[in-house]
Amino acid sequence: MDMQVAKKKLGLKERYAVMTRGLDWTPSYQKMEDIYPYVAYEGIKIHDWDKWEDPFRLTMDAYWKYQAEKERKLYAIIDAFNQNNGHLNVTDARYINAVKLFISGISPLEYVAHRGFAHAGRAFPGPGPRVACLMQSIDEIRHAQTQVHSISNYNKYYNGMHDFHHAHDRVWFLSVPKSFFDDALTAGPFEFMVAIGFSFEYVLTNLLFVPFVSGAAYNGDMGTMTFGFSAQSDEARHMTLGLEVIKFILEQDPANVPIVQRWIDKWTWRGYRVLTLVAMMMDYMLPKRTMSWKEAWEIYFEENGGALFKDLARYGITMPKCAGQIALEKDHLSHQAWSTFYNYAAAANFHTWMPDDDEMKWLASKYPDSFDKLYRPRYRFWREQAAKGNRFYSKTLPMLCQVCQIPMVFTEPGEPTKTCYREVDYRDDKYHFCSDHCKKIFEDEPEKYTQAWLPVHQIYQGNCFPEGTDPTVEGFDPLAEVLKFYNLEHGRDNLDFEISEDRKNFAEWRGQATRNI
Amino acid sequence: MAVAAIKAYDFPPADSMDKFHGAQLLYIGWEDHLMFCAPFAFAFPPTMRFGDVVDGVLPGSFGYHPDFARIDWTKAEWFKSGKPFAPDFDKSLADNGLGHKDVIRFRTPGLTGIEGSCS
Repeated sequence: MDMQVAKKKLGLKERYAVMTRGLDWTPSYQKMEDIYPYVAYEGIKIHDWDKWEDPFRLTMDAYWKYQAEKERKLYAIIDAFNQNNGHLNVTDARYINAVKLFISGISPLEYVAHRGFAHAGRAFPGPGPRVACLMQSIDEIRHAQTQVHSISNYNKYYNGMHDFHHAHDRVWFLSVPKSFFDDALTAGPFEFMVAIGFSFEYVLTNLLFVPFVSGAAYNGDMGTMTFGFSAQSDEARHMTLGLEVIKFILEQDPANVPIVQRWIDKWTWRGYRVLTLVAMMMDYMLPKRTMSWKEAWEIYFEENGGALFKDLARYGITMPKCAGQIALEKDHLSHQAWSTFYNYAAAANFHTWMPDDDEMKWLASKYPDSFDKLYRPRYRFWREQAAKGNRFYSKTLPMLCQVCQIPMVFTEPGEPTKTCYREVDYRDDKYHFCSDHCKKIFEDEPEKYTQAWLPVHQIYQGNCFPEGTDPTVEGFDPLAEVLKFYNLEHGRDNLDFEISEDRKNFAEWRGQATRNI
Repeated sequence: MAVAAIKAYDFPPADSMDKFHGAQLLYIGWEDHLMFCAPFAFAFPPTMRFGDVVDGVLPGSFGYHPDFARIDWTKAEWFKSGKPFAPDFDKSLADNGLGHKDVIRFRTPGLTGIEGSCS
């Protein structure tokens, strides 16, 4: 009988150490600063990379196993959803416009996040953060893929999603999320981690991901809901990483505190401006609402974020300065955003509409200080005009903020009837901003933001027409040519929901599914 | 403050006037009429008469609003970068001191939008 030889088995802790930090080595024939050229120029001082506490004790082999299991479940549900015409079970075809907003505005950011974390991970000399960034990088590309796969089923039946990535790089309002992430990606690795890892994933994620996923759940969209749940455990890890990054940097050197504070101020504001799209989605695009934007902000930022910044006070970090202005905007943000898309419905890849009477009642109850006074009269007028066949479509291009790239739709803090204008002279030109916070961000790094690809200015420069277009010919229609450049079809992908093919088809198909016609 | 960078960081601005084929950008907003969600951006030749902007261009951009037809242009108050501004309708944009990417707005006393809501 053979002797049983006890296998040498590593304990969890040892195994983790061997498979993460144990993979690192000290170079002998290359200089550290040549291998890690991006680690010092931002001014962040790290004295001991070994002080990094790994936020999740996960080795690569365990990671693959967990993720594969989640994928199997997700794709089984997506298959079932697709085979059972799940798209006809959503509350109302208007809901699908929230999905369009997600696939063209958010999913491409998941892909860029994948690139960003790969880059940041490569730039850090410490093996702890490097492994954590590697896993998040893979998570992010998985999220991009699962979102594309889930939403592709809608693309078979509804308009506006057929070329979402092309749209993301070109369509005017999509420059808002795109430029946000490009800004982070072109910063150094530490700023990227504070921008995306902390400010976005930790402070603001509950205001981005949760509204979309719970919106999907409330509106019968099992496909979107399921990829949301599949991403949830990843998101929990990302939040832990975001918080660890901040604590690690702050503990390493007191000189890091003011730099990190400036980044938190900047990226909380930048992220909040992107959330303008979520605010209007919550208040206007979900036929069955989950909660109002204002309620979400109060719970997820004012309460939860307030507790977080109290906790960070021991490092010398304070609540971002913009919180005061955001509080003043919460009664107006979603209404100003929805009005903007109603104005420019001819140039977007989704439909807009006016809320019905019940929805106006809901809005008035959630926004008692602003809706009836400022926004209901506007909507009533637009509705009356639309009923007369005179639906409002603004055909003149709007002025944009140089930093957030949102049209200058925001009002003075505390004065909701006055457009907020800010400007700066820099070198030979003038630059305009929607707010003190965007202006401050520009003033801190003007060389960066003078290069912004502002869609409106690019159209006027002639860079947003199909190749070979001659804008000097008689009867030249710029909007028609810009839509071609966007790869959007006029009358199909844009304009009001009421006259849309989506509305007509959904009613017909749902009719076939529920009646004998 | 300057951008943190690993080497010299100097790039041309994306929107200098030379890129607009002889035109310059002018932004125009109408106070108390937020139904137009933002001020508008236009590209005009600097030689364009100011009055031609008001008579020839603004109706196409702002004319949807019922208040627009009621505007008495002799009473309109103008602002450039937020400061009072007195444009001469017969002079060109350049002669009115309007350069590339200037922002002007006008207030029309007595007209405060749909049902007085500044919409």
